[in-house]
Amino acid sequence: MSDAAVTHEAHAHPPGFAHQFETIEQQREAGSLGMWLFLMTEILFFGGMFTAYTVYRSLHFGAFEAGSHLLLVQFGATNTAVLIISSLTMALAIRSAQTGQSKGVTIMWLLFTMFLGLAFLGIKLYFEWYHDWLEGLVPGLQWFASPGHTPGVQQFFCFYFFMTGLHALHMVVGVGILTVLVIMTARNKFSSQYYAPLEISGLYWHFVDIVWIFLFPLLYLIGGRYQR
Amino acid sequence: MAGSHEHSEPHVVPVKTYLMVFLALMVGTGLTTWIAFVDLGPFNTVVALAIACAKMLLVILFFMHVKYQPGLTRIAIICAFFWLGIMMTLTLSDELTRSWEMNPSPWSVLIPHIPHVVRLFF
Repeated sequence: MSDAAVTHEAHAHPPGFAHQFETIEQQREAGSLGMWLFLMTEILFFGGMFTAYTVYRSLHFGAFEAGSHLLLVQFGATNTAVLIISSLTMALAIRSAQTGQSKGVTIMWLLFTMFLGLAFLGIKLYFEWYHDWLEGLVPGLQWFASPGHTPGVQQFFCFYFFMTGLHALHMVVGVGILTVLVIMTARNKFSSQYYAPLEISGLYWHFVDIVWIFLFPLLYLIGGRYQR
Repeated sequence: MAGSHEHSEPHVVPVKTYLMVFLALMVGTGLTTWIAFVDLGPFNTVVALAIACAKMLLVILFFMHVKYQPGLTRIAIICAFFWLGIMMTLTLSDELTRSWEMNPSPWSVLIPHIPHVVRLFF
């Protein structure tokens, strides 16, 4: 009996296992649930913008479509693909920690993910926002008067910049988190039993991917693309 | 889940599953881009949102491991979307009905075909 207790003590406290939990599995579940509670607030945060978007699109239906036509679909689609690939590499990074592979493998996948996140931001910044700036499509800062640029179109671009801007801000935070994860992995903080920071950051990264999955069709692909 | 209390290995999703989900997401992206250039009348947005929802489900279930999470986590997620539903429904039920008649006309005006004799009562 005492042997069993000793074994229990020795095995039940791998690095990273907090004492308030019965088992490490319970700790994993609690961690995921906690992260999902944060993501709930994020769903409602972005949800507020999507709701506002829906209301104003119903008020300026044609103008939103006209505004959407001024965006570059090819870069929106490319960025969607980039984010989906980065979600895959993030999932593989977590998996390599779960299966106890060498830390080099985990770091490699994390760096891939980080690179793809930066690629997304680069495409967004240079090929899209910079292009929009040159075209005079930035309300309040650089807005060129033109027959097609009605107040409704201007409003569409306000939504476009706020929604993609806040999404990009989340990406910047995500890249920062990935940097921390690479350092933690290099310092042997994780094992096949304890990898909570990886798992939880993965939830965040995938969430940001989901937001873009909705932003892409709602901003770039709305009604009447076929008319062109 | 696992019987042992000390060593419960996490559920490891096979690489093949991840790759299949990834492929489905890429196909979904291609499909939604292609279909935006096809005239579906008022259904373009509906189809685009349906594809986006399917992609979101794939990401949540497999990449975010919710398929392997206990019921409590799933309920929390469903709650989040339920609240989102409340926010959208109540906002739109206000916003989309504002153009409706503010001062309701008498029935006699709204329904001109009711007999004159009946109209006298209103």
